[in-house]
Amino acid sequence: MPVDDFQPVMGLEVHAQLLTQTKIFCGCSTSFGAAPNAHTCPVCLGMPGVLPVLNGKVVEYAVRAGLALGCTVNAQSEWSRKNYFYPDLPKGYQVTQFDRPICEHGQLTVDGPWGEKAVRVRRIHMEEDAGKSVHDGSAARSLVDLNRAGTPLLEIVSEPDLRSADEVVAYLKALRDILVYLGINDGNLEEGSFRCDANVSVMRKGSAEYGARVELKNINSFRFIKQAIEYEVARQVELVESGGKVVQETRLFDPARNETRPMRSKEEAHDYRYFPEPDLQPLQLRAGLVEEVAACLPELPRQKLQRFQSQYGLPAYDAGLLTADRALADLFEAVAARAKDARKVSNWFLGELSRLLNETGEPLSGLRFGPAQFAELLGAVDAGTLSNNAAKAVFEEMFRTGKAPADIIREKGLGQVSDEGTVEAVVDQVLAAAATELEAYRAGKQQVFGFLVGQCMKAMKGKGNPQLVNAVLKRKLGA
Amino acid sequence: MVLDLTLAEAAGQLGAGATSSTELTRVALQRVEALNGRLNAFLRVDAAGALEAAAQSDARRGRGEARGPLDGVPLGIKDNLLTGGLETTAGSRILQGFVPPVDATAVRKLREAGAVLLGKLNLDEFVVGSSNESSAYGPARNPWDTTRTPGGSSGGSAAAVAARLCFGALGSDTGGSIRQPAALTGTVGLKPTWGRVSRFGLVAYASSLDQVGPMARTVTDCALLLQALAGPDAQDATAADLAVPDYTAALERGAAGLRVGVPAEYFGPGMDPEVEAAVRGALRAYEQLGATLVEVSLPHTKYALATYYLLATAEASSNLARFDGVRFGHRARDVKGLRELYARSRSEGFGPEVKRRIMLGTFALSAGHYDAYYLKAQKVRTLIRRDFEAAFRQVDVVLSPTSPVPAFPLGQQTDPLQSYLLDVFTLPCNLAGLPGLSLPCGFTRARLPVGMQLVGRWWDEAGLLAAARAYERAHDFSRAAPPLEA
Repeated sequence: MPVDDFQPVMGLEVHAQLLTQTKIFCGCSTSFGAAPNAHTCPVCLGMPGVLPVLNGKVVEYAVRAGLALGCTVNAQSEWSRKNYFYPDLPKGYQVTQFDRPICEHGQLTVDGPWGEKAVRVRRIHMEEDAGKSVHDGSAARSLVDLNRAGTPLLEIVSEPDLRSADEVVAYLKALRDILVYLGINDGNLEEGSFRCDANVSVMRKGSAEYGARVELKNINSFRFIKQAIEYEVARQVELVESGGKVVQETRLFDPARNETRPMRSKEEAHDYRYFPEPDLQPLQLRAGLVEEVAACLPELPRQKLQRFQSQYGLPAYDAGLLTADRALADLFEAVAARAKDARKVSNWFLGELSRLLNETGEPLSGLRFGPAQFAELLGAVDAGTLSNNAAKAVFEEMFRTGKAPADIIREKGLGQVSDEGTVEAVVDQVLAAAATELEAYRAGKQQVFGFLVGQCMKAMKGKGNPQLVNAVLKRKLGA
Repeated sequence: MVLDLTLAEAAGQLGAGATSSTELTRVALQRVEALNGRLNAFLRVDAAGALEAAAQSDARRGRGEARGPLDGVPLGIKDNLLTGGLETTAGSRILQGFVPPVDATAVRKLREAGAVLLGKLNLDEFVVGSSNESSAYGPARNPWDTTRTPGGSSGGSAAAVAARLCFGALGSDTGGSIRQPAALTGTVGLKPTWGRVSRFGLVAYASSLDQVGPMARTVTDCALLLQALAGPDAQDATAADLAVPDYTAALERGAAGLRVGVPAEYFGPGMDPEVEAAVRGALRAYEQLGATLVEVSLPHTKYALATYYLLATAEASSNLARFDGVRFGHRARDVKGLRELYARSRSEGFGPEVKRRIMLGTFALSAGHYDAYYLKAQKVRTLIRRDFEAAFRQVDVVLSPTSPVPAFPLGQQTDPLQSYLLDVFTLPCNLAGLPGLSLPCGFTRARLPVGMQLVGRWWDEAGLLAAARAYERAHDFSRAAPPLEA
């Protein structure tokens, strides 16, 4: 395979919408799903004479991302205008950061079959999103919805450190998990709140020179990203192998045909005419802001994953599932802190809880009970007052109604008799009435033991603690 | 005539009950009606809105709730400041029919002060010009000689104030657009420090240079207007968060001890001798009033014009991109496709001077030229600012002519480069962000007003106004009325 003679080289530009309540330069809502152009005002409509006023939350979130990715946070950064005409860009320019971004020189470690890999983050900058052009099929018109115009974005640019489609996907997943953990992005590729452009080139192995790069635009799922890159690498290798040259251009991935197609070539590439935005002074970070944000930075997914393995003795796979969602991990820790055996807690999380969440489609945030109730239920199982099967029934009821486990156990009569005196009395009673079977047992008929256990359980209407019944019976039989 | 009163006097009469806002407004509207056909100062008159505001003002005053000196006083607004519900065109065809949903902050503040807004005043299209001739609605005319320009770009504001159609007006100044028309019409115009007055709602031309300011017949009137306009604004991140001093408190402190800087670079060849004579006369007058004249040097002045035309056009090329025919303003008919929509809407909507500047600015910012033009101009801008920093270590104000020439005949300026030279004394002040003021200092033999420019320290509008007032007290030209028979 000629592909083996080549080294693919990828760098990524990720655009992540920030979860602020309002837009970056005006007070309009950033929420999804409103009627077209409902969330607009003179500022985000780009009316004559209006001016941007920076949303401080955007800066805070950018600093959060910068610190989480190990960046240098610049005390002073600068706003620029990126000029181009498009109907969904109301002002005819996008306010962004160009020469002096807020964060630079970071790093993200990605794990995979290749081991640990450090991918350098070149820069993170803040900018405003454009609106949406809607082509409704009519040749005579296009529609513009500016609800999204002015939504704050972080653009996170990596160095060209990625060497395979799998590395690209691992990097993107790790980055997405971090942003979601930080509470600044919802990580939704399909809805476009986490978007990725990939710069792809190939070079002959052993060469020191990068090949011409092709920019792949807006690919909206991890699967498509992998497909798009693999297609594009193969295309470039084939091109070079057949004596051709890769042209620097922008290409779009078409998932229906699994191919990339040119969007615009460099000859017609935009000259964005960047210059410093005169309507906003250079951004000077408030003294102490970086320290305050750093103090509130949560534990990041990768650290949490490692800690779950060492602290709770969980296998990597289970720890990965538990830490995939910060809220799930937090709930796990809250229950584990109240329980005897963290591994049992983990089993309940990955078993019953996951099952019910999946089946009902309810979000974890809608859970009707807290960690204390969860721990109480597991405690009852540990104490032997509730059988494992009964506990599952109680849990389902808790999940549906939010009732306290003790109430459910009482109402349903699911409690288990674990009082040794009570069990002993029942065992004595059963043995007294079973002289024949007793004789057979003593003569060596071991299976009679099972019969005797059954009799005891029957006498206790099935609520006897099976381990205890077994133990008491064995003792009485002198076995 | 009640309109011969200055703004301060009119305010006094309103306060004393000698007249009413309704009376002043009615008389002003009548005069606009009678004279605007000759002056073309107002592009739009909002008679109903003005009379309504006047009635409210009178009612307030009747209840003893008058808000201050501007309450009930009829004013005019340059048509590049948004007036909610009232068409705002910036003198351009492309904004014809555009009715803004909001007021500019400066307009809102005047309304809140109780002022009566008569209507919208003519200007060069998107402020590109010094003669008002680039207005898509025909030039405003100079009340002193209606065959001549009132200057630009705030020519309508200057003509209206000079002709006593209103007691004061808002203008805007990017390279001299308040001061030069003030000089050419015998009125007083103040460009505040960049950031002193909110730019929210000012249709942007060159954001880092644009500033809203007052125009009136006296220095005191400008001080009263600035008092209402100045201050920080939640809608303009570049409006300085600085305390606003009382601009009338120190107004009468006189010129004794004042150090007046005379920049050699501003008195070179090319200046009209009558203008130079009038300004030199003003320098002597300052000496007589107890001021000291100090020769200062602003060595980078010769680069100011080139610097200005690179930076202003660069910003303008970006600021004017929003006029694309998509959301508001002029849209070309029967277009095929997006490119044609843009090309034809903008070709039809913008006038030739605006197009010229968009092209200049686009070029200055384009790949391969940015460093040689835009970036270098920014560096020179810093040098020009330093010139003034050095000068203000020696002096309190810098005095020069406002315009090298008095009002010139309409139709005379045909070479764009020649007309750019008219801004040569005023635009360094914008590049440095300094406050500048023009006030009358005499007349030519042909009875055309001559203005002089005072430039003050950053944020020291109070000192600048006091220096101007000291001269005005001794040499009051505000009573001289242009020869218009109403």
